Amino acid sequence: MNPPTLLDSEGGVLARHQAALNEGRFLIQRCSSCARAVYFPRELCPHCGHAELAWVHPAGTGTVYAVTTVRRKLEAGGDCNVSLIDLDEGVRLMSRVEGVPSGDVRIGQRVQARVVQQNGQGLVVFDLLAAEGAGA
Amino acid sequence: MNGLKSLRGSAAIAGVATFGCGEAPGYSDMELLANAARAAVADAGLKMSDIDGLCTASGAATMWAMPVVEYLGIRPSYIDGTMIGGSSFIAHLLPAMQALQSGQCNAVLVCYGSAQRTATFGRREVVASRRFLDPQPYETPYEPMQPLSAYALAASRHMHEFGTTRRQLAEVAVAARGWAQRNPEAFMREPLSIDEVLGARMVCDPLTVRDSCLVTDGGGAYVLVRADRARDLPNPPVYVLGNGTAVWNRQISSMHDLTVTAARDSGRAAFAMAGLAPKDIDVVQLYDAFTINVLLFLEDLGFCAKGEGGAFVEGGAIGPGGRLPVNTNGGGLSCVHPGMYGIFALIEAVRQLRGAGGERQVAGVKTALAHGNGGTLSSQSTAVLGLEETL
Repeated sequence: MNPPTLLDSEGGVLARHQAALNEGRFLIQRCSSCARAVYFPRELCPHCGHAELAWVHPAGTGTVYAVTTVRRKLEAGGDCNVSLIDLDEGVRLMSRVEGVPSGDVRIGQRVQARVVQQNGQGLVVFDLLAAEGAGA
Repeated sequence: MNGLKSLRGSAAIAGVATFGCGEAPGYSDMELLANAARAAVADAGLKMSDIDGLCTASGAATMWAMPVVEYLGIRPSYIDGTMIGGSSFIAHLLPAMQALQSGQCNAVLVCYGSAQRTATFGRREVVASRRFLDPQPYETPYEPMQPLSAYALAASRHMHEFGTTRRQLAEVAVAARGWAQRNPEAFMREPLSIDEVLGARMVCDPLTVRDSCLVTDGGGAYVLVRADRARDLPNPPVYVLGNGTAVWNRQISSMHDLTVTAARDSGRAAFAMAGLAPKDIDVVQLYDAFTINVLLFLEDLGFCAKGEGGAFVEGGAIGPGGRLPVNTNGGGLSCVHPGMYGIFALIEAVRQLRGAGGERQVAGVKTALAHGNGGTLSSQSTAVLGLEETL
């Protein structure tokens, strides 16, 4: 019989991931068994089923994989960029690219993560990496 | 797969019905469902008391099978409340065939109703409630307009990888409208041109309001019985030759490749069970929540190669008179889309096989494919149907 698994006093991975973001830190996971990066955070590895997932700081660099502009009236907040970003560690997340009009965001552009506080919650957004240029 | 092959043609759809498609002011979800259910059972030549199997799902109520049982006054020995979005009512087929074959039940009613267009608690309220009841904490903070934004992201990727154009996407909407103009039940029947789609209000780039499905009311139902019993009932039996279902993810951000859907697996399984290939299919009903869906599913189901969906639909190829009749009722884009469309795709496939398509009837239909999609390209279920001569 397996020994009982102890609860983490800080809660599940969703809460711990958010708590780090609220302190300005963006964390992803890496599986201790198969070594693959994991995002969004899981209690077990979706690749191999292993339970030991270590928190790691990603480089924060990535590439725009897909992009849309949600067209909204000004009173509803105005147009809003929604992008899927592939981090260099090999995981994908939904986010938005800030600092440029949404229509200027292109698939293949290199981006850098930044944590902002929105409605009292830490949130990962991205900026274009100008030095590396556009297109990929 | 051998076990599933033994189920090929073991059950048949004996009755279908729709009710209140378009606008049904003053009707509840349940009232639309019940009217469709009653009509489908009658169409099958059965009485409600003959129904001893029930498959149903709701976009709002998590325990929906119970109120449906109560409302219809039935005592089913087989119940499937599997809810994987709009594909559910096609995914209900294979388990129901197994239940029929084992003798667990003898007549399965699959039914759905939604007053999404006219209800006071409509789409907006359901979406708001879901934030609490069924959270997506890694996507919601970015304020995607779901489900539309997910499909827009998939379209952006398809355009990037394969050079697919907005004009090719518009072809899908125009073809659907062409069919809708031949269907008196369709909600939008006025002429639609490619330029009108391209010039329509942009909602989530690159998708306009005309690349997007309708929001309508409507109920739909069908009755499934064992093949031997179907032969004694009034309508020509529509045999279920194959059915496959696949789910790879829920969130669009968890989809491995936005240009390849789980329809690749559901289609492969359905065709394997049926022993047929895309070239054998006479009419195709694809869940067209958005125009990009049709390109993705034509590719993933094998009607054309990956990336060639855009070229495939050009020149009215899937509209009336085209090389492959797709969404002959007008689809979710122009006929009906009450929250979940899958059951309507299946019903239209049955009507075409029965030769009951009226002005939109395709000549000589012996086989049909109905494909359901659920969530944000999340669940996929494919059914291959055929007449007696395909057994």
